[in-house]
Amino acid sequence: MDLLTTFFNIDVLLQAAPLLLKGFWLTIQLGAVSLLISLVLGLLLVLVRLYSPAPLRWLAVAYIDVFRAVPLLVLLILVYYALPFVGIRLSSFWAAAAALSAVASAYMAETFRAGIEAVPKGQFEAAQSLGFGWTRMMSDIILPQAMRMVVPPTTGVSIGLIKDTALGSVVAMPDLLKQATQTQAFYANPSPLVGAALLYLILLLPLVRLVSVLEARKKPSR
Amino acid sequence: MSQNTPASSGTKPIITMRNVEKHYGKFHALRDVNLEVRRGEVIAIIGPSGSGKSTLIRCINRLEAISSGEIAVDGVKVEEGKNLALVRAEVGMVFQQFNLFPHMTVLRNVAIAPIRVRGIAKAEAEARARQLLERVGLADHMDKHPDQLSGGQQQRVAIARALAMEPAVLLFDEPTSALDPEMVGEVLDVMQSLAKTGVTMVVVTHEMGFARRVADRVVFMEDGQIIEQNTPDVLFDTPSTARAKAFLSSIMHGAAG
Ligand SMILES: Nc1ncnc2c1ncn2[C@@H]1O[C@H](COP(=O)(O)OP(=O)(O)O)[C@@H](O)[C@H]1O
Ligand SMILES: [Mg+2]
Repeated sequence: MDLLTTFFNIDVLLQAAPLLLKGFWLTIQLGAVSLLISLVLGLLLVLVRLYSPAPLRWLAVAYIDVFRAVPLLVLLILVYYALPFVGIRLSSFWAAAAALSAVASAYMAETFRAGIEAVPKGQFEAAQSLGFGWTRMMSDIILPQAMRMVVPPTTGVSIGLIKDTALGSVVAMPDLLKQATQTQAFYANPSPLVGAALLYLILLLPLVRLVSVLEARKKPSR
Repeated sequence: MSQNTPASSGTKPIITMRNVEKHYGKFHALRDVNLEVRRGEVIAIIGPSGSGKSTLIRCINRLEAISSGEIAVDGVKVEEGKNLALVRAEVGMVFQQFNLFPHMTVLRNVAIAPIRVRGIAKAEAEARARQLLERVGLADHMDKHPDQLSGGQQQRVAIARALAMEPAVLLFDEPTSALDPEMVGEVLDVMQSLAKTGVTMVVVTHEMGFARRVADRVVFMEDGQIIEQNTPDVLFDTPSTARAKAFLSSIMHGAAG
């Protein structure tokens, strides 16, 4: 038994391919949905955290702290296995999406906060002195500048989120990793796992590269 | 232009500050400030650093909240609430550090507030912005971003941006203090031509030549108080308070040395 037929068994890979690609597609869907929710929720959280009156602000702070402290796997298992006891029964996809976006949105909020706080005070004052209300000031003047500054760390959080979708297999979600482990068991050959690893790389390597390029570009100009 | 011509008559003051006090914590930054600015008037505010000049003009559009007293702009009380945006739209401000929006072109910088705050159509606002940029000598730079301009050019964009809202009054907080010396003149020239066209201006400045040439009235501040105010000739040549005398002679010596 040589290395090639064990880890890169073409026959097994070809037979496993449809299932692997199905899992891959589900992983992409889960990643995209969770990313979208966490971006929107993260923005909402940071605005409440920075600009709302005290009790609401504390709630946002508590949310952000708690979800950055709780291990994602624990949260996921809670959502999937504990919530049904109080009548909330989520499919494995939505359980995973909920847990992933709950945690990622907390990290997004902190990332966005760094960006907003890096916008000079003079930008707020210039907008206010022109008669901008708060909403317009944020959407037209402050957030475009803040978000531009945090593209690299936000991409970093997104990469972490997409990686963490693999935890979805724990709650029986037929994502890429789950399909790989199942076909591996079926064919008694680890090639599907190698195939899955390659698919994860295809998805994530460009993003990792992107962060490096963006960060390198940011340095000389500032 | 006609849209913010006020219903009220031209003799009423455009800015009224009455018994204004401002504290930063325990620090007393403005002490019983009373000031009226009439329409079309150009006022220069001078005084040593830390005397409260910036604080005074920043209270007019409530970038700083006052501790007590009352400020009104065109008869509207300056306070937190619905009227504040209205007041601010009527009061233009030019900052020492320009504070242009770095993510927008020069043209967009000037057109954005009329579009977003006044609800003017984009094409119209941009046409007007072009006129203003021509007026401040920047016709060739409209599509650049602020960081591609010199300090003097940026400050002229900032003036055009403030003018685009057709404000009833323009506030300047040391508009030339952050500039290289060779660029001070181009900005002062623009301000002087504005003054000639009847724009109401309140200018915090260390440029005594400008204050003497352009201002209708010079206000001298120290320790958060207005110590003395008069026409430039009287205040500069025959100040009546010892403190104004001391300040003026100190800057004369500073300028010589
Ligand atoms: N945000 C602030 N917090 C505390 N003190 C302030 C603040 N802004 C200004 N001051 C103080 O108020 C005084 C007047 O400041 P300012 O109006 O900027 O003076 P000027 O413009 O005449 O140099 C200064 O002593 C300054 O330190
Ligand atoms: Mg000042």
